[in-house]
Amino acid sequence: MGATVFFGCTFVAFGPAFSLFLLTVAGDPLRIIILVAGAFFWLVSLLLASLIWFISVQFSNREDSRLQYGLLVFGAAVSVLLQEVFRFAYFKLLKKADEGLAMLSEDGQSPISLKQMAYVSGLSFGIISGVFSVINILADSIGPGIVGIHGDSPYYFITSAFLTMAVVFLHTFWGVIFFDACERRRYWSLVLVVASHLITSGLTFLNPWYQASLVPIYVITISMGVWAFFTAGGSLHNVLACLSCKQEEENRVMVYSALQVPVED
Amino acid sequence: MQRKEPLCLKRKVLFCVAIIGFHRAVPMTELSAHLPQFQHGQLTENFPDNHLSNTNDNSERRRHDNSERRRIDNPESETNGQPQNSMQQVVEQDEEDEELTLKYGAKHVIMLFAPVTLCMVVVVATIKSVSFYTRKDGQLIYTPFTEDTDTVGQRALNSILNAAIMISVIIVMTILLVVLYKYRCYKVIHGWLIISSLLLLFFFSFIYLGEVFKTYNVAMDYITLALMIWNFGVVGMICIHWKGPLRLQQAYLIMISALMALVFIKYLPEWTAWLILAVISVYDLVAVLCPKGPLRMLVETAQERNETLFPALIYSSTMIWLVNMAEEDPEAQRKASKSSTYDKQATPNQTQNEDADMDDGGFNPEWEQQRDSRIGPLESTPESRAAVQALPSNSQASEDPEERGVKLGLGDFIFYSVLVGKASATASGDWNTTLACFVAILIGLCLTLLLLAIFKKALPALPISITFGLVFYFATDNLVQPFMDQLAFHQFYI
Repeated sequence: MGATVFFGCTFVAFGPAFSLFLLTVAGDPLRIIILVAGAFFWLVSLLLASLIWFISVQFSNREDSRLQYGLLVFGAAVSVLLQEVFRFAYFKLLKKADEGLAMLSEDGQSPISLKQMAYVSGLSFGIISGVFSVINILADSIGPGIVGIHGDSPYYFITSAFLTMAVVFLHTFWGVIFFDACERRRYWSLVLVVASHLITSGLTFLNPWYQASLVPIYVITISMGVWAFFTAGGSLHNVLACLSCKQEEENRVMVYSALQVPVED
Repeated sequence: MQRKEPLCLKRKVLFCVAIIGFHRAVPMTELSAHLPQFQHGQLTENFPDNHLSNTNDNSERRRHDNSERRRIDNPESETNGQPQNSMQQVVEQDEEDEELTLKYGAKHVIMLFAPVTLCMVVVVATIKSVSFYTRKDGQLIYTPFTEDTDTVGQRALNSILNAAIMISVIIVMTILLVVLYKYRCYKVIHGWLIISSLLLLFFFSFIYLGEVFKTYNVAMDYITLALMIWNFGVVGMICIHWKGPLRLQQAYLIMISALMALVFIKYLPEWTAWLILAVISVYDLVAVLCPKGPLRMLVETAQERNETLFPALIYSSTMIWLVNMAEEDPEAQRKASKSSTYDKQATPNQTQNEDADMDDGGFNPEWEQQRDSRIGPLESTPESRAAVQALPSNSQASEDPEERGVKLGLGDFIFYSVLVGKASATASGDWNTTLACFVAILIGLCLTLLLLAIFKKALPALPISITFGLVFYFATDNLVQPFMDQLAFHQFYI
């Protein structure tokens, strides 16, 4: 407990998210707006899910702990489904925005591509989801206390941090895959994304049996990452080209020619 | 009795101080609420029904190559199904104006996001660390009814009465302001503003610093403290009311907004605070949009006289050149350009001077004055500039787009920060609620800017953000927090 745990867990949970934000989103105002709007959509989905859970709890027997547990699982499932619904809604919104931006621009091309929007929206969902899951826990970790004194796992903080990191990555990857699937109408990919989200959430129900929850979640994360990489257009060739730091000359030529007065043919 | 006296005295002083400081906030609120309107014949006739034709014309004529930067964003504008409408309501057929109109949306939204976020961060950080601002030390005289009552009904009634009194005070003061302005009592207004700035910069910051030192148990002697406060205050007065580096001026405006918000958070009881926030956004809506609203009258009067309104109450994200109200450049006095709420603080930045000098495409200082006197309303500067440039003028319109900026009234900063600060101070969901309110306010700001781009008339800045903020506060605190709490208890993730 104390500052060490707080900073360690914060950096584990949000280090990748923060770096991704800083490197890819912070420089472009449009992406920041897409990020904030995505967070808003996620919040609305959470609100609705909480409302449903709250209503179901109000009508139930508070004393029955098994029922309450069941309602919580139900609430979590509803929340996952609503998140995906709102992800789809956000996709629709961004698609229209893309068309609008393209129409407004000079050369008929939107300043941000749908793939970039998919990535930013996934990142936004991931960041806000991770933050909402773990921020109160992190705030508590600064103060004094002993973890797991009543027989719970003493690894609560660090596992929460790793789960949050996984969630951030997962949402980012899901965003990319989801948008691409919607764009190309590959409904099986959609179903797979939703199913993997449900499975991930379900795996967390196995906490504190961390071997059974954390390891599969990370396996899912890595596989989603690979899938998203190939969906976004990556390939082994790209990776090798990037690593070998080859410069592409054609782009430069195009830039220069853009500066010249266009010669009429 | 002896020990009690200093405490009572301190409290009384604090009350008086808070009252005077509050009077400062009211004009800020009023100004934030209003956005100047365009009243050009040209503007109105250029609201075409055939938006598509505009699009076609413009797309043929655009030739800029820096299209990858600064695009107007419209992620939320698609609900009306006509994205091109929102961005195509350009005043003038001039392609320059259209390009400029289109370019700045996203960038200007971010230019407002950053200071609003910073102000909120300062307020939340202070609330979380310095316990003084969450301690109940009494209430302002504007909210005389206490909320420590026996029954819920009594508490509700008291808070409604408190909110009613507060709003009446605000209305009265606004009308007083309008009357003073109408009868040209500029000295009174300036004196009032200077006194309140003095109070904020010296006294409130002294209290704030004292409480921070107490929280962190820092030993400080009065001499050093006096030097620090003196320097802080004097530089602040200079920056805000006269000239200073832009970033410093922005920093000071953010700091005084935060200080004012902290005063409100401390002295407004809970239910009263929420009610006041709700009522003030309704008042904002009414005062700005109704034809007989005081703010509208204020703006119209200012426009008739070709003057700008009160300095030091508006946050500006770009350079404003000093234009003395008494010595206006006559050719700079254009009807619409004197849309009131813009800051006339001059901060001639060195680099900008150099750029202007080197550039010298006819950008002489008179032109720059002219240009700056046309800097438009609070939140719709690109459009208003486009509108103003539509007027026959002898200026060259091809300025560097980077130099344009947006403005936001300090009252907006204050009330946004009050909402988020109250959320962080009193919510049981704690950080979740604070973050939800923060996101809600930012989205509200975004939507407001969007609506402004669509409607191109004076719009209040508070209603949408405050509505979203309040909805998210109560929803997150009562619905989401128990849910997330249960999930965290079992370490479930959704």
